[in-house]
Amino acid sequence: MKLRLVYFAWVRERIGRGEEEVDPPAALASVADLVDWLATSRGEGYATAFAERDRLRAAVDQRFVPMTASIIGAREIAIFPPVTGG
Amino acid sequence: MIRIIVSPDVIDSASEMARVEAGESGAVATFTGLVRRDDGVDQLELEHYPGATEAALMALAEEAVVRWSLGDATIIHRVGPMRPGERIVFVAAGAPHRAAALAACAFLIDRLKTDAPFWKRETRGDQPRWVEPRAADDDAAARWTAD
Repeated sequence: MKLRLVYFAWVRERIGRGEEEVDPPAALASVADLVDWLATSRGEGYATAFAERDRLRAAVDQRFVPMTASIIGAREIAIFPPVTGG
Repeated sequence: MIRIIVSPDVIDSASEMARVEAGESGAVATFTGLVRRDDGVDQLELEHYPGATEAALMALAEEAVVRWSLGDATIIHRVGPMRPGERIVFVAAGAPHRAAALAACAFLIDRLKTDAPFWKRETRGDQPRWVEPRAADDDAAARWTAD
């Protein structure tokens, strides 16, 4: 399952890139599962970016979702801090 | 008419307001957000999620048009670097009467702050800092779903 990941603001800075394509294990069901997998398998930048889970927000295929949302069949997952526009 | 613009260009609020006033609405309410001058910020930079941002703003505008029978809903949001005193955001709502125009304008800016994927980074001197969300913004947005 090829998945496009996009990161914004300090999540992007800590990871060191704004986007990438990954092929996560099929067992991952939710955004939270994906975050856990990234934090533990892809190096220090990811672990730092995802250290405070309650400060993370997500979108699946460009729609805001809770971290418990399914990623099954998703094409693009975005992970970012709480928004601060306006 | 719904008009959504997300762009690094300077916001020309006068021409945007004139555009709404040229419509059929009897009442037009607008909101302009500026980069604050008062807290020592030298530069503000706005990051956003291209595609998702425009979709989120369009969804808000469509909700407002239905809820308040608007003739016009305009949301212009600047992105990229900007200086104190410059416009970040301009919102206009055109409606048959003032109560609807004022309520819709407040709804659009309150919900924009929580529903659209923008992130502010302030720089003071050479120290950049990502702006933290404010609980008051969540409260302001929540009042539109409370009733």
